[in-house]
Amino acid sequence: MFRSHVLVCGGTGCIATGSENIINALNEEIKKAGLENEVGVVRTGCFGLCSLGPVMMVHPEGCFYSAVDVKDIPEIVSEHLLKGRIVERLLYRETVEDGGIKSLNNTAFYKKQFRIALRNCGVINPESIDEYIGVDGYQALGNVLTSMSPEQVIQIVLDSGLRGRGGGGFPTGRKWDLARKLVPDADQKFVCCNADEGDPGAFMDRSILEGDPHALIEAMAIAGYAIGATMGYIYIRAEYPIAVKRLEIAIQQAKDYGLLGEDIFGSGFNFDLEIRLGAGAFVCGEETALMISIEGNRGEPRPRPPFPAEKGLFGKPTILNNVETYANIPQIILKGAEWFTSIGTEKSKGTKVFALGGKINNTGLVEIPMGMSLREVVYEIGGGIPDGKKFKAAQTGGPSGGCISVENLDIPIDYDNLISIGSMMGSGGLIVMDEDNCMVDIAKFFLEFTVDESCGKCTPCRIGTKRLFEMLEDITAGNGTMEDLDEMVELCEYIKNNSLCGLGQTAPNPVLSTYHYFKDEYIQHVRDKKCAAGICTELTQYIISADKCVGCTLCKKVCPVDAIVGEVKQKHVIDQSKCVKCGVCVDACKKFGAITKG
Amino acid sequence: MINIKINGKECSAAEGLTILEVARENGINIPTLCWLKDINEIGACRICVVEMKGWKALVPACVRRLSKFDEGVEILTQSPAVLESRKMTLQLMLSDHDKKCLSCVRSFNCELQTLCKELGVDNAVRFDGAVNASEIDDSSLHMYRDNSKCISCRRCVAACEKQDVGVIGANDRGFKTSIACAFDMPLANTSCVSCGQCINVCPTGALSEKDDTKEVWDALNDPEKVVVVQTAPAVRAALGEAFGFAMGTPVEGKMAEALRKLGFNYVFDTNFGADLTIMEEANELLERVQNNGVLPMITSCSPGWIRYCEAYHPEMLPNLSSCKSPQQMNGAITKTYWAGKMNIDPANIVSVSVMPCVAKKFELSRRGQSGQGTFNDVDISITTRELARMIEKAGIRFVDLPDGEFDSPLGNGTGAAIIFGATGGVMEAALRTAVWKLTGEDVNSTIEFKEVRGVDGVKTATYNVGNMDVTVAVASGLGNAKALLEKVKSGEMKVHFIEIMACPGGCVNGGGQIIVPSSVRNFTDIRAERAKALYSLDEANTVSRKSHESPDVKQVYAEFLEKPGSHKAHEILHTNYKATNLRK
Repeated sequence: MFRSHVLVCGGTGCIATGSENIINALNEEIKKAGLENEVGVVRTGCFGLCSLGPVMMVHPEGCFYSAVDVKDIPEIVSEHLLKGRIVERLLYRETVEDGGIKSLNNTAFYKKQFRIALRNCGVINPESIDEYIGVDGYQALGNVLTSMSPEQVIQIVLDSGLRGRGGGGFPTGRKWDLARKLVPDADQKFVCCNADEGDPGAFMDRSILEGDPHALIEAMAIAGYAIGATMGYIYIRAEYPIAVKRLEIAIQQAKDYGLLGEDIFGSGFNFDLEIRLGAGAFVCGEETALMISIEGNRGEPRPRPPFPAEKGLFGKPTILNNVETYANIPQIILKGAEWFTSIGTEKSKGTKVFALGGKINNTGLVEIPMGMSLREVVYEIGGGIPDGKKFKAAQTGGPSGGCISVENLDIPIDYDNLISIGSMMGSGGLIVMDEDNCMVDIAKFFLEFTVDESCGKCTPCRIGTKRLFEMLEDITAGNGTMEDLDEMVELCEYIKNNSLCGLGQTAPNPVLSTYHYFKDEYIQHVRDKKCAAGICTELTQYIISADKCVGCTLCKKVCPVDAIVGEVKQKHVIDQSKCVKCGVCVDACKKFGAITKG
Repeated sequence: MINIKINGKECSAAEGLTILEVARENGINIPTLCWLKDINEIGACRICVVEMKGWKALVPACVRRLSKFDEGVEILTQSPAVLESRKMTLQLMLSDHDKKCLSCVRSFNCELQTLCKELGVDNAVRFDGAVNASEIDDSSLHMYRDNSKCISCRRCVAACEKQDVGVIGANDRGFKTSIACAFDMPLANTSCVSCGQCINVCPTGALSEKDDTKEVWDALNDPEKVVVVQTAPAVRAALGEAFGFAMGTPVEGKMAEALRKLGFNYVFDTNFGADLTIMEEANELLERVQNNGVLPMITSCSPGWIRYCEAYHPEMLPNLSSCKSPQQMNGAITKTYWAGKMNIDPANIVSVSVMPCVAKKFELSRRGQSGQGTFNDVDISITTRELARMIEKAGIRFVDLPDGEFDSPLGNGTGAAIIFGATGGVMEAALRTAVWKLTGEDVNSTIEFKEVRGVDGVKTATYNVGNMDVTVAVASGLGNAKALLEKVKSGEMKVHFIEIMACPGGCVNGGGQIIVPSSVRNFTDIRAERAKALYSLDEANTVSRKSHESPDVKQVYAEFLEKPGSHKAHEILHTNYKATNLRK
């Protein structure tokens, strides 16, 4: 027994900022101080506050240290762990209150969160099956195998109203039910997990895999029992090495404990799991492409129907859910469908994890009950927009989603509301934009992603998205015409209606939604040849104000392309034909503020 | 059966049929491009999209099968939205397509061109933008790949997979996706077997045979040269299609006449070589049977099959008959026996073959030439398509030609030879002669062995000949050949003699034949239709329907070769094989 525990975040974000070194330093210092039998160091999953990393939690005090450096470790050990004196300068500022500390759970970032999928992230050691079992892990699987029929399991999932968290929002229970019933005489069925998280900026699945891998294993075994499958595959992107490693450890531990393999819990139910690594193609998040990739072929979607519930992996009935969806299952089994339906909105039950990013103070992972407004997410949990800038839009659903403008800030976030305003839940990326963002440029950014990630199988996506991207290039370069805008919308609708899979069918969404809410900006680019946000370089000019310029030559010196002419103490001028619009002259002229972008 | 509505009309449909099939049953045509029945059913090009009420996006009619859940559904195949979508799909394709149609080998026989006309693409340059750069792959002896004309329909990929060859596929992704060999290797560096099935299914001019007509023209225009030509049996079953004749119309006489009009000095028939092949092959088979040789013996007429065997099943090489193909036999006899008889220096002969095949272009370069380094058995091999182009170019009114004759000897074949062009034909021809050899019966011996006819991928039969049961098997299409070989290798199937043709259906569907657009191909069995022409010629043959009765063959043995399997025959008419590394 330890008198004190130090939980250090071992998620990818904090590892990137050095938490491995911190754990090593902690262990070393603790040993030096002779505390190795009193203080335990635990590498946990992600806490969610990724922008503050590396972070650690010290129990029993509940001290949350953020942005910790290796140099801080001796002080933490000698002051806090040895003498019991909290190192105040390292405390997360939100937890400091009236000279004391308040619980992390009471800070603005955590207060409104409701953690189901992320419940064990940052709490347990993901590499210890015992810790998972210690927080009721595998109890749901035990209950299912010993006291429930497959039909009962499916009924609970149906009753819970759980919908796919990967983007589409298809009712999970219905998917399972179809896979159980559609092909009654199937000799094999499969349970697959989509851990090929590919939306730019979304990393909730990674967090769950890194912080609570056993929850996924448990849920997949439950799913296997429910649909009548004895084999499962986890398709995970190779770019998640820590997640892969922890998952491998977890699978081995589960096998060692008899929680995977034959005759689980003495029930006669067999279930095994294997990992398949994805090679980084976004389209392999599409279910048929994912299965074709598992089969060892080039990951490309095929037309549906037949849907995987009828003909999936290796031609057998298959279900595919994403990591976050599965992470809800054990809790639904343990706490019941009624508990789950008490959270969320009428048609969207439970919670959703969002990855907050962009122009927002608290970037990181949050899990909120469905139905919370975007305003609460941005201004309360997210802590608002840096530098007092104005909210312009939030992008959800990644490259398949759309923008939510200020007029919809108060709409309760759920699947159907997001669709109705031209966006979608997607896997949960939420990127906040302020007045400095150009919406045409945003559309171009997301479209460029889909153009790159198109598999190239069907014509609309292969060529159509490329042509659409070229139109946006023209518009942002000042070469667009008003007719081009009509053509652009027509092409968008065509790609939506004609593409083979979801990737292509949703690819125009960023364009359509920005065009819908920010049409003026498009028109400004086309008619006035201006980009108000100053992002589209070809529509932007840097100008030296003759009134303010004192001829200090600073700007001239920093200009990388010698575009500024002028002698000492003479007015300087920018040669627009040479200017590459890098903006360094503006910074150089801070003192006089003579150079402006317009 | 379920009830649905197509374009407002009630119709009932069998579950499991595609929308396209049901529409067709109800007299409605839906255009397609990437779809090849049973070969490429991937729903990728989006030409066949239709509106299906209740579905968000348009639905590809070629792969969307109707089920009980579709009861009552309304389908629109020609709505304005559908027509506009199809048009835009074509416009997008054109935006990354080399539009030099005027000089394209497939002009007027291009499915993209046809669709653009049918769907009223009035603006071929609606979308301009980046175009994929590509280089023509002309590395192999038999074909070109010009990806600037490729529309990524992947029909070639599927055809190649179906052949169990699979040396082409999609590289890169998105707009940059290109169809080529792995790592963009030149085709010649892979184990392509040069069957040409990819060319036959290409809807545009992206894939085409190596055009060797210039060399033929040059030879014809060279007064010093004696230019001889031979035509394979299957050519006459398809050539007419290029001039408006219905599929399956035999045009043997017009073809012979056209060749003479083109200026060939002597018009021979590969049928002669085919009869000769039977003599040698039947002899080889009996020798193997009587002397405990390697069995089953497998035919060696199809150069695509030979390449496939050498690379993919090298352990079966001892099973291959050592006989050269009819083309090579005909060529070898031309430059030895015939040259001597005519007192012509073989070096002065230009031997041209017209073949339903592109692998024949490769076969010319194989080992074992009778000239032993001084001359090749055959100098130039052109396809049925190339011959059709030559006839057009020469301004010959093919339709109006009288029936011409072949030259003799070397220009006459039996009914047994003519059926070489259809799958099972070599087997049947061999059986006709084997029965005679083993039983001596002749006048009343069996002529027709119908069990080995037809388009099934693998056919087997057992015949009691003399005192023994002879089991034979026939496979066409290399995917089917693989299936058969696996059974033979595992011992599951005991068989004496196997005929294998690289192309599905045999030479009538060879990679050098007249190209049939998918709109016809998907609903007509080319293999069966063209085979009919050959079987009708067999029945009509007034000389004989058995190779050993061929007067030309008898003459050549009497004057030159002595007897089947003689030392001389081995020197001139037989060859050997060598395993090659499998490279995909």
